[in-house]
Formats: sequence, structure tokens, C-alpha cells
Amino acid sequence: MTPDATLTVVWAVIIAFGVFAYVVMDGFDLGIGMLFPSFKVGEGRNRAMNSIAPVWDGNETWLVLGGGGLFAAFPLAYAVILPATYPLIIAMLLGLVFRGVAFEFRWRDPRHRALWDLAFAGGSLVAALSQGMTLGAILQGIAVENRAYAGSWWDWLTPYTLLTGLGTVAGYCLLGAAWLVWKLDGPAQDHAYRVARLAAIATLALLVAVSLYTPLLDAEYWRRWFEAPGIYFASQVPLLTAIVTSALFYGLAKRWELAPFLLSLALFLLGMLGLGVSMWPYIVPDQVTIWDAAAPERSQAFMLVGVGLTLPLIIGYTGWAYWVFRGKVGHEGYH
Amino acid sequence: MLDGIDALLLARLQFAFTVSFHFIFPSFSIGLASYLAVLEALWLRTGKALYLDLFRYWLKIFAIAFAMGVVSGIVLSYQFGTNWAVFSDKAGPVVGPLMAYEVLTAFFLEAGFLGVMLFGMSRVGRKLHFAATCMVAFGTFVSAFWILSVNSWMQTPTGYVIGANGQFLPGPSWPAIIFNPSFPFRLMHTVTAAYLTTAFAVGATGAWHLLCDSANPHARKMFSMAMWMAALVAPVQIFLGDAHGLNTLEHQPAKVMAMEGHFESHPHGAPLILFGIPDSARQRIDYAIAIPKLSSLILRHDPNAPLRGLDTVPRQDQPPVGPVFWAFRIMVGLGFAMLGIGLWSLFARFRRKLYDWPWLHRAALVMGPSGFVAVIAGWVTTEVGRQPFTVYGLLRTAQSASPLAAPAVGASLLAFVLVYFAVFSAGTWYILRLMAAPPHPHESDLAAAPEAPIRSAGITPGPTQQTKSNAPERPRTQPEGGPRDDA
Repeated sequence: MTPDATLTVVWAVIIAFGVFAYVVMDGFDLGIGMLFPSFKVGEGRNRAMNSIAPVWDGNETWLVLGGGGLFAAFPLAYAVILPATYPLIIAMLLGLVFRGVAFEFRWRDPRHRALWDLAFAGGSLVAALSQGMTLGAILQGIAVENRAYAGSWWDWLTPYTLLTGLGTVAGYCLLGAAWLVWKLDGPAQDHAYRVARLAAIATLALLVAVSLYTPLLDAEYWRRWFEAPGIYFASQVPLLTAIVTSALFYGLAKRWELAPFLLSLALFLLGMLGLGVSMWPYIVPDQVTIWDAAAPERSQAFMLVGVGLTLPLIIGYTGWAYWVFRGKVGHEGYH
Repeated sequence: MLDGIDALLLARLQFAFTVSFHFIFPSFSIGLASYLAVLEALWLRTGKALYLDLFRYWLKIFAIAFAMGVVSGIVLSYQFGTNWAVFSDKAGPVVGPLMAYEVLTAFFLEAGFLGVMLFGMSRVGRKLHFAATCMVAFGTFVSAFWILSVNSWMQTPTGYVIGANGQFLPGPSWPAIIFNPSFPFRLMHTVTAAYLTTAFAVGATGAWHLLCDSANPHARKMFSMAMWMAALVAPVQIFLGDAHGLNTLEHQPAKVMAMEGHFESHPHGAPLILFGIPDSARQRIDYAIAIPKLSSLILRHDPNAPLRGLDTVPRQDQPPVGPVFWAFRIMVGLGFAMLGIGLWSLFARFRRKLYDWPWLHRAALVMGPSGFVAVIAGWVTTEVGRQPFTVYGLLRTAQSASPLAAPAVGASLLAFVLVYFAVFSAGTWYILRLMAAPPHPHESDLAAAPEAPIRSAGITPGPTQQTKSNAPERPRTQPEGGPRDDA
């Protein structure tokens, strides 16, 4: 009853896919949430919210899949990472509660709309910041002893995690603004263009800062990024990032509509690849590999049947939902 | 400030709080989903618009309840790791896959069918829409299936092997894990409880509107349907509860001892303690009012059968008796009160006074929340009765918790309490407001609501919105007539 090496890699890919799907899809929802107060009360805000109203909840469920999948396929990682980042996870969950109900309550209760708008923006900000800081906390290393977290409950708070948190906030804002560029027109779209440019600058600056900081955290990261043979693969990531970012700024200047969103997605994909360079095959850096954390073959195989059946359906349905709601958002009420 | 309260107790309180809050919503939506399927089936079969009106009336309420269930459920899927890390590591290989199936089911249900059910009637046609409603009802059941399988495995673990690193690993057969000894009983008892909970919530809503206007045909219909459920299902539930109790006696005798308040063994027939004040420290019941030999008669079907008491269980393996003892009495008491309402309604039908008996309606109104209280009381009975173990008899609760400092858990508990009360009070208030509005002919369709169709977490809006976003010139209040015209 040991983990199966190949099956474990399959599961690592599924979890990574789930996390990526969550980050890019709920990323733009949260970004729009954070940018929400910058839109004019009334039509501007309504249209911004309408552009994600039909899809946000489907997007958020990837988070449940990520948590559930991690628990089932890599129970040790689930049991180490969550206590280590305890306050961040709790803050994220509470932020998502506020963000989620705000969609509904904002419309049911016009008298308190300003309050629910605040819950929408604040919840999104807290969730985004917590997610980015959680990532930073994992990258900077977690103390593990005896199959358990061995640090204190404030270990996650460092300058590095603040940097990754802010980077995620900026990145989500970029995704959100780029999405709005695609879905809106008129003055609201002009506003989205301006915000997207600012967010792109902030994202780039923070991305560079995090990328320079990470190799200094640990000699292992330095070796992977700056020494052969790692550098041959690793160096492609910043190179491609430079190309994508240039195209993004060019596209924003030329007022392309769809390209900025796709290029922002590409930027996140490259970030994910960079993460892979730094972490593979560890799930808790330097401490726990995916094979250490893996559930036995029987558990992973049993789940793979369910995932194999439902995941294609979920992806298909999600694609269809996006197709149904394609095009610019109308000017009328909540659709 | 938190001296003397340890992190373990705080973690238990936090889990109890978040899971109890969450449990309220699914126990309503499981029953309501089936009720909606029945209403739609009746509409399709009879063509009476009344059923469609009721369907639409309850659909709005279902949407909010489901949304709050999803929002509070996300918290739970992380709570195992944040607060019960050692349990997650040790039991993950066994319960993790079952929970993953629960998540996938919920996910698929949400993505696939709920949107169509809520918003898609005018787009997909009646038959397909009915199929979607049935799938949602079926999906809530499948969700309950998996999560109760996890819970039952923690109560009566089977089919596992212990690995070299101390983990519980799945044995050769998954069915042996999934269909563990207490699972069939727990599943039937819990799902039936969800039906009863819904029946009494629906019944109270009908009763309220009958008290206002006893001629309202919609209120009459929902009240009558709910009372049939009460009359027919409450006795079934009492029978199922009894069977579940006998199963517990076989596999978790200490829990039954706590439920019964039996600190002492009774070699010649045990009494049924109706009331009393359990005192765990001194291991006795004060001021007990008991009926001799009745407990043995119920549990062993023989008044003189011997029953062991907690004096045969080491102190460190005993569950806390007080909460189990009281919660069990609340649950059973409410179960019989439900039966009473059901019988009263039969009598009222016989006298042809079902719709004109204000005292019956007042009683049904008071009993409206009874299902929720009973469900939580039952949950406390079974979960506190499982203590001091997370995996019964094998893994102690004290050895399951995350290595967290008490202030961390205390702060998060406080945050959950504040946020949940603020947010879910608002949601419950919106539900009550919908229930307070009388059902009427031409109940509006969700998809045709002028400004704010109900949509929140877990609800993918149906394709009807497409026509709106793409064709804003289309008038907003139409498609209602579609299915109704020939109805």
C-alpha cells in the first residue's frame, strides 16, 4: 500500500490545474471586486458586476476542488500547509463569504447597498491578499517535524509574504481590468484601460521584486534558477515574461480589446511555470515531496475515476456558460 | 484572557459552530429540492397552474438556502486541514476520496443543473426542465450520501488497514469502507429528517397564510401537502430512529449509555429515564424520573434483559453525558410532537376542518422551526456521543487537532461567530420575508424578475439571461405566460 509514482504525478498535475483554473478565473472576479469602488455608483458598478455575475460562482468552486483534492490526494501537505497559514486561510474564507453574499444581498436590499458594496470590495481584497501571502508563506518554507507543522502562528508574516500578497493583489487587478476592457464599452471601458495600465505596471514591478527576492531566500532556489542545468530551462521563463509584458503594454496602448486579457492570463501561466521551477517536486519546499505527501495508490486511483468522469463535464459546462454570456455587457439592470 | 481554555476545546467549539450552521441549510435544501420536483411533476401531470405557482414560490427560497449552504460549505472543506491537521493526515487516505466525491457531486450539480432549474424553463422546455429539477434533487441526495458515509466511517470504521506511518489506509474493498455498519441507518434517518424539516417549514408557511386568509388556495395546498408528510413520515422517522439506536447499541454502546443516562449497569432490566440531571463527575443521575424496565424493553425487546452502564467504560473513554442526554431528549421530544401534529391533521381532515382550525394552524406555525432544532439536536447526540474519539475507538480527539496556539483558534472562532451571525442573519431575514409574502396566482418566474433574479454562490444562471444581455430591447416581463397558457 504505497503511493504509485506515476499516479502521484497525475494528481499533482490535476491539483496544479485546479489551482491555476481557480487563480485565473476567480482572479479576475476578485480583481473586479477590488476595483469596484473606483467605478461610478450606478451604471458603472452595475455593469462591472454584471460582467461576472453569471460565472463567478462556478469559478469559485475550483477552490473547493483544490482543497478537497489536496486533502484526498496529498493529505500530509493539506495537514501541514493549512495550520502553517492558519490566519491567512481563515481570513480568505471569511473574505469569500462577504464577497459571495454581496452579489445577492446588494440587489435584495437597496437601502444597505453601500454597505454590501463595501463587503464586496473588502472581501475581495482580503481574499486576494491572503491567497498571495499563503503562496509566499509556502515558498519561504514551513517548519515541519514529525509529519506536522512545527512553527508558531505568526511565522507566515514576513516582508517576503507581504510582497507576494501585494503582487497577487496587483495581478488580480490586472486580470479584472483586462476582463472589463473586453466586456465593457464607452466611458467605463476607458476607465478599465487606465486601470489596466496602472495594474500592469504594479504587477510587473512586484513580479520582478518577488523573482529577485525568491532566490535569496534559499540556496536551493538560487541553484535552480542561476546554475546549470536549471538555468537553461529557467531562463526561458523571464524571457517569455518580458515578451508577454511588452505585448501587453503595446496592446493596451493600441486599445486592443481581447488581447490584454489573454496576455494577462499568459503572464499568470508563466508565473505558475516559475513556481514549478522553484518547487518541483516539493509540495512543501525542502521538506515534503509530492511522493512523501501522497495518499496510497488505492485512494488516488479511486478518486481518479470520479475526476475522470466529472472534470471533462465541468470544463465543458464552464466553457458553455462563458459562451452563452459572450459579448459586451448590456446597459440595463442586473442581468 | 484565554487562560484555562485550551486550544482543543476552542477548535471543537469552532467546528461545532461552523458545521451546525452549515447543516441547517442542506437539511432544508435536500427536502425542498424533492418538494420542488414533486410540485413540478404534479404541474406537468395535472396541468394545474396552482402547482406551478407553488413551484415558483418555493424556488426563490430554495435559491437563497442553497446559496448559503454553499458559502458555509466552502469553510468546512478547509476546516479539516486548518484545525484537525493530525486527523487529516491520518485519516485522509480513507475519508479524503469520499469527501472528494462529495465535492465533485456538488460541483457537478451546481454547474450542470441548478442554473437550468432556476432560470431555464423558457429556454429548455418543460420536460428537460423537469429532468434538471430531478437531477438537482438527486444531486442533493448523492451529496448527502458521500458526506454521511464519511461521518459514519468516523463512527463505525471498517475496511481500513493501519500503515507503517500510523495512517489509516484503505483496505482492498472500497464498499467495505463506504457501507460501514452505521451508514445505511444514518443515511435513512438523516435524509428523512431533512424531509420532515422541510415539511414543517412548508407547513408553517402555509399555516401562517391560512391564519391570514383561510381561503387562499395556494396556502391550502401547501399546508395539506405538508400535513400529509407529517402524518406519514413522522411515524416512519420514529421507526428509523429506533433502528438507528439499536445499531448504535451494537457498535457504540457507550453513546447509548450516555443517551439513556445509564451510569450504572442493570443486570435485571434497565429503566427508561425520562428526565433527570446527569452528573458526570459523580457518575450519577439526580432527580431521575424513570419507568422501570422500559429501556431494556425498547433496546433489547425484553423487560428483564441486562444492560450495561457507563460503570463498565473507563472514565477516559466516556462521552460527556450531559449534552448527549439533553440533545437526545430534545430530538425525541420534537419527533413525537411532529407525530402529534400529523395525527391532529388527520383528525382535522376527518372532521373536514383542516383549513379552518386556527389552533391547528397556530400549532403548525410554532412547529415550523422544529425540524431544524431536531436536526441539530440529533447531530449533537451522535457527534458528542462519539467523543472522546474522532475515529471511534481508534483516534482520540485530543490527538487529532492541529498544533495551534489557543489565541489563534480563539480569534478565528470569534471571527466566525461575528461574521456568520451578521451574514446568515441577513440571508435568513430575506428568506423569512419571502415566506411572509402570500403565494398568489401568476407567481413570478425567477428569470423574469424585473431587476434582481436570485443568484448567489452556487448558482449558475440559466441561459435566459443570454437573451437579456444580448437583446436588451426585449421586454422584461414576458416568458411567464409561455408554459402557463395551455396549463
